[in-house]
Amino acid sequence: MPMDGGIGASTKRREDIRFLTGNGRYTDDINLRGQAYVHFLRSDVAHGRIKGIDTNAAEAMPGVIRIFTSKDFESAGGLPCGWQVTDLHGQPMQEPKHPVLADGKVRHVGDPICGVVAETLEQARDAAEAIVVDIEELPPVVDMRAALEDGSVKVHDDLTSNLCYEWGFVEENRQAVNEAFEKAAHVVSCDLINNRLCANPMEARVAIGDYDPWNEQHTLYTTSQNPHVIRLLMGAFVLGIPEHKLRVVAPDVGGGFGSKIYHYAEEAFCTYAAKVLRQPVKWTSTRSEAFLSDAHARDHISKIELALDVEHNFLAIRSTTLANMGAYLSTFAPSIPTWLHGTLMAGPYKTPLVYVNVKAIFTNTVAVDAYRGAGRPEATFQLERVIDKAARELDVDPVELRRKNFIKPDQFPYQTPVALEYDSGNFHATMDKMLEIADYANLDKRVEESRKKGKLRGFGISQYIEACGIAPSNLVGQLGARAGLYETATVRVNATGSISVLTGCHSHGQGHETSFPQIVADMIGIDASQIDLVHGDTANTPMGMGTYGSRSIAVGGSALVKATGKIIDKARKIAAHLLEAAPEDIELKDGKFSVAGTDRSVDWAEVTLAAYVPHNYPLESMEPGLEETAFYDPNNFTFPSGCYGCEVEVDPETGKVEVVAFSAADDFGVVINPMIVEGQVHGGLAQGIGQALTESCVYDENGQLLSGSFMDYTMPRADDLPVFRIDNSCATACTHNPLGAKGCGEAGAIGSPPAVVNAVIDALQRAGHSHVAHIDMPLTPARVWSAMQK
Amino acid sequence: MYAFEFVKPSSLEEAVKALASEGAQPYAGGQTLIPTLKARLNAPEVLVSLTGIAELKGVCRDGDALVIGAATPHAEVARAAAKDYPGIAALAGQIGDPAVRNRGTIGGSVANNDPSACYPAGVLGSGGTIVTNQREIAADDFFEGMFATALEEGEIITSVRLPIPEKSAYAKFLQPASRFALAAAFVAKYADGVRVAITGASEDGVFRWAEAEAALSKDFSPEALADLTLPADGMIGDLHGTPAYRAHLAKVMTQRAVRDAG
Repeated sequence: MPMDGGIGASTKRREDIRFLTGNGRYTDDINLRGQAYVHFLRSDVAHGRIKGIDTNAAEAMPGVIRIFTSKDFESAGGLPCGWQVTDLHGQPMQEPKHPVLADGKVRHVGDPICGVVAETLEQARDAAEAIVVDIEELPPVVDMRAALEDGSVKVHDDLTSNLCYEWGFVEENRQAVNEAFEKAAHVVSCDLINNRLCANPMEARVAIGDYDPWNEQHTLYTTSQNPHVIRLLMGAFVLGIPEHKLRVVAPDVGGGFGSKIYHYAEEAFCTYAAKVLRQPVKWTSTRSEAFLSDAHARDHISKIELALDVEHNFLAIRSTTLANMGAYLSTFAPSIPTWLHGTLMAGPYKTPLVYVNVKAIFTNTVAVDAYRGAGRPEATFQLERVIDKAARELDVDPVELRRKNFIKPDQFPYQTPVALEYDSGNFHATMDKMLEIADYANLDKRVEESRKKGKLRGFGISQYIEACGIAPSNLVGQLGARAGLYETATVRVNATGSISVLTGCHSHGQGHETSFPQIVADMIGIDASQIDLVHGDTANTPMGMGTYGSRSIAVGGSALVKATGKIIDKARKIAAHLLEAAPEDIELKDGKFSVAGTDRSVDWAEVTLAAYVPHNYPLESMEPGLEETAFYDPNNFTFPSGCYGCEVEVDPETGKVEVVAFSAADDFGVVINPMIVEGQVHGGLAQGIGQALTESCVYDENGQLLSGSFMDYTMPRADDLPVFRIDNSCATACTHNPLGAKGCGEAGAIGSPPAVVNAVIDALQRAGHSHVAHIDMPLTPARVWSAMQK
Repeated sequence: MYAFEFVKPSSLEEAVKALASEGAQPYAGGQTLIPTLKARLNAPEVLVSLTGIAELKGVCRDGDALVIGAATPHAEVARAAAKDYPGIAALAGQIGDPAVRNRGTIGGSVANNDPSACYPAGVLGSGGTIVTNQREIAADDFFEGMFATALEEGEIITSVRLPIPEKSAYAKFLQPASRFALAAAFVAKYADGVRVAITGASEDGVFRWAEAEAALSKDFSPEALADLTLPADGMIGDLHGTPAYRAHLAKVMTQRAVRDAG
């Protein structure tokens, strides 16, 4: 039994009271004295040369304070890219400058050209309409294949082509993989599109710049998942502000899903404009602007091939992908289709040979970067689709084909041919558990019942493994990361025993304010209500890397364990002094230090009080106070894994897919708060099912975004989803972090899309539509119906 | 949103007067107008609210017809028409979401004539009459194509009169994002024949499907439509469906409406 409020307890989320009653404090809730508003005049064409910008009329309009153009940012750096990928020839990727405001050219619809600052937002919008921008339209580069053709128009004139890089992994294995394919008994291949998505967190982005000239102090309030990263990137690379003069605050943030990791132009603009104007400058994105300026996601065109021997053992995997970067390199964009994608291409299988080739391409579209899963969903989608297709072509059970090729539970740690070493897992167990909770045994009966109602029922399986707990700094440094990926925690014990935990992680929906205190409560044995989490402000938290990549508990939680361990060590010494015993004889249990084998003890609060009121204290050998900081740098990724089963009914008359059941058996290692973990899986599944069935960013041939509002971009809604069947019982602990935790935030979005697509294909195949081998996501009613007609 | 004057008259007479001023536009539930204003796609100088006029509100039975005040919100129609005309009540009850249904009005919907809106199908499929401050217009003459109606400048819809059929039903296939109709059919069986109105599908907005009406007038069953097809020509093609898909869906929805009407 978990301790009440400790590790393993399903404590209710304390932050929900303020969120659900509308009392959160989001960036847009912040209004500073004398604040001005900026409206960005954005490009309405995908590609064009700026011949001139006439702001004269606009500047004379009521309330206008100043209109900024790229000229105002001549001394500023471009928005930096945080990851440099080396191509298969050993050369660095092509890295164009990403100016704060469009300089010379506009490169996508939504590219900001002018920042109009006025006393009110409506005045800024009015003035923006009076600006005359003379743009010579250029042919847009929209299609990735066309972008690579010789003589294609270039998105960036100063680059040699639209190819950012061609990456081969592992390039040395390429020949061996090709040979394996030549010798294979069976080769199965699948051409796939991983559809472009827009994250659409409930809260759109907001930035407020403020400047205190008397202290030369900049403050940026922003909707960020990682305020310290923004401080580093913007301070060091864009505006040249040293860290001690720049404070970044990310207060309550209403969802990020990756899209709020990156350093955006609007943040640099507001920070800079506030200094120039000596007054705060605020920007609040509209939803329409969000579609045109938030980083998009996925957008891969892939070919996946699987080679098998006569006994259906996997021999080799070959994956070829075109990955859209959009017009500029967003903060972590180059790493997504490479190190977060290629390295996962072995999946949970013991395939000995893998080769992954990725071409990253510039187009006149919004920049593409990480979104819940980031690279790993794309890898999982390829593997689980091609394996399903193989099972069908070879006429074998998709369950058995997977099981036969799984890495076995006694083979861990397992070195894959694509660099990763999996520390733990049990794929057989999660698959068995999923089949059990899905009642797979009675599937045929349900298919028959559906058929009687005129519906086509099918079942799809997806077995995933992902790498998260991002990441060992020395390793990612070798791979091109321009940052470390450790995490920090400070445990500040107050005199009366209450505790403030300061973390570099950031909670924007994950429930950290509840789960982080559970760790400390469990270790010390005090009530979690005595512990609060402080996060989101660089002025009062230690330098950390933020929250993404399912890293907060695995990396930030591990830092917290280290820091709490230091606290306990010191507290034990203080207790030993108070009890006049040796520290090694002191036991800590339920918040009480006692001398082993005696009834002599002191309470937690007596010890903490002694630390801060050191009247009876070993001052000669120890400093007073009780506050410790730890940095934790993981020595491997963590590897959550699991098996998902999706059951669908297709309406053959309309093509509409209904997800009637979804079963998830996940291995997240040690779980801190099972209720929160279940909620994270729910959210991930909703987004994965959304990708599979409803969501899609669509550009037309002119580079205009057709899906630019919720009238056309289909977010999944509650009635699109079934009641999920979730199980976390097949846990194998992470072997290399002190919690044994693996992370759970992205799993649902990684594992679910192929399960959904496999289920729909299964439903159609069972109903005799044997020509339907694949349908590209999203599987809208129109697409499914159309596939059935051929 | 650009600045505008806002007036909320309490009588039809005052409303007519207010609408005569330069740049004035009527404002009913605002479910289309307000988003358009927010996107700065429309710049009225005066918005004349029609929701403060008592005579434009309410649902009442008038012999063999149901009369719905133009400013009656959908939620009220869904409730008040349920006994007398369940088909139209059900249609009103599935427009948009609860917020839309409590703000949007039948007059606003009919006057806007969005090609994917629900009410035009219900009104045309009922062979209804649009009553304005100036005249009465048969539904067959009122809907003139996508966002086009027979309304003149300054003319205000006061009510919509719908003859009550023996049987009726509305079957809607949702456009997944907007949840407007991707294709929907309203079917009403009267003593003198069946009417079928299709919305969501055609580039010309709501229309009557004459062949289906003829077939159903002889045999009011889904099977009666089995051999009919709607041509894809002139159907809407967009992100959410091709013309062929919409033509197909319109038939499926018509069959389902017939089935549901019983």
